[in-house]
Amino acid sequence: MNRKISEKLIEMLLFASAATAIIIVALILIFLVKEGLPIITKVGIIDFCLGMRWNPIAMVGDPTYGIFPMIVGSFYVAIGSLVLAVPFGIACAVFLAEIAPSWARSLLKHSIELLVGIPSVILGFVGLVLLVPFIKDHLGGWGFSILASSIILAIMALPRIISISDDAIRAVPMDYRDASLALGATHWYTIRKVILPSARSGIVAAVILAMATSIGETMAVLMVAGNVSMLPSPIYDILDPVRPMTSNIALEMSYATGDHACALFATGIVLFIVVAVLNAISHRALKSRMGVER
Amino acid sequence: MSEIEIESKDLNLWYGTAQALKEITMAVPTKKVTAIIGPSGCGKSTFIRCINRMNDLIKDCRVTGELLFEGMNIYDRDVDVVTLRKKIGMVFQKPNPFPMSIYDNVAYGPRLHGVKEREELDRIVEVSLKAAALWDEVSEIPDRSALGLSGGQQQRLCIARTLAVEPNVVLFDEPCSALDPISTAKIEDLINNLKRDYTIVIVTHNMQQAARVSDYTAFFLLGEIIEFGKTKQIFEMPDKKSTEDYITGRFG
Repeated sequence: MNRKISEKLIEMLLFASAATAIIIVALILIFLVKEGLPIITKVGIIDFCLGMRWNPIAMVGDPTYGIFPMIVGSFYVAIGSLVLAVPFGIACAVFLAEIAPSWARSLLKHSIELLVGIPSVILGFVGLVLLVPFIKDHLGGWGFSILASSIILAIMALPRIISISDDAIRAVPMDYRDASLALGATHWYTIRKVILPSARSGIVAAVILAMATSIGETMAVLMVAGNVSMLPSPIYDILDPVRPMTSNIALEMSYATGDHACALFATGIVLFIVVAVLNAISHRALKSRMGVER
Repeated sequence: MSEIEIESKDLNLWYGTAQALKEITMAVPTKKVTAIIGPSGCGKSTFIRCINRMNDLIKDCRVTGELLFEGMNIYDRDVDVVTLRKKIGMVFQKPNPFPMSIYDNVAYGPRLHGVKEREELDRIVEVSLKAAALWDEVSEIPDRSALGLSGGQQQRLCIARTLAVEPNVVLFDEPCSALDPISTAKIEDLINNLKRDYTIVIVTHNMQQAARVSDYTAFFLLGEIIEFGKTKQIFEMPDKKSTEDYITGRFG
């Protein structure tokens, strides 16, 4: 009897812990929506998301709250980081999973883990004192730029892309390799035609997850992006500065009041939705892999 | 004995310091079925994986002695493993079709070896699937995923995939151990038909299977070849006591 009660008690405690986690997430979400939604309805969702001008403290005339350049900025630096990190990351994962002897593998794995451990502010700092002047001197522009942000974000995205892709590649059954090799295929042909296609959904998941974290990254980007709330001009100029959504919130939250503060929360809502959608896509990609294999 | 396709002379193999094959000497006759039987761990799978050098993939694997195929030692330094494996195909224990369409599975080998024209590929796929007795079941659905087929169909697809590169020899590594009796019977029929065109080596745990499908049988024990001869003779009048004990089920 006693045992039954203690069992029940433990179950309830565990349930309470789980429930608390969900409640915290829900409360944050509710708070975010409660704070941000009024300004979206006031400005209009279209004008808010697609508006070109962000001028929350207008000296003359009404303040404007258009975050389109920031949405573009967020995607710009995130996609830029993927362009740099994905080919390199997948190549690294293939080496790790397929080619590296065990000592090289453990060395690489450990250095990748170290890379994850570097606080983003340090990467931002390195970007600020090394990358930004380098770009300014050798490529032109102001130095603070999409390019600088993309490079820093790529460095941050690499370990994630490598380790998830490595897992995906190693999950490809040995049987496939054997079958391909036994037909006379070379190792490289086998990697290209059988192993990578079989690991594709896992790799896609890794890439999308990396994109979601890149979009959500704040500190490192803030330090090198330049934070000008305008579209690059011309639009493809990667040496122009941008202000991603995260930087916008971080830069202005300390002194914003009233509608301005609301607009920052609203930026947060947009950011949250973007990241949630990307995470959901990545999750689906991972699940679809299971579907194929079972 | 008829013509010889593969000849093994004093073949030794070590995994690290453990010797898995000891002085294996036997000859695999051309266009016959040679079965290799023996208890688990006797080296029979290791032996057939030598024939197409699949053991190369295993670390610390060392081979001495000779394994002759087309007058060349398979383990010579200048043997091209790719060409060797094209000529000596292998069907594995567990059906292992690629996660692609049925068509692409069979076309994988020909594409790999440079066949590009669609018509030629179509022809090879059809011929191979017919040879593997699978054509009637899949001719309508070549674009379906191979993973949707039953285990027996998958194994016949793997056979078709192996035949598509037109090997001289097909190695079967316990091809039926993951299959039900009906699928097993189909594969056995298939092997019987294939020996007209191919030299076949089959490793099996199943004594009845060896007796049913093979012309010659080798009995392996603890990495050594105990007895090799015509299947009829091995099963009816074995020379060695341990062969008889194994075949009659006294150990295994």
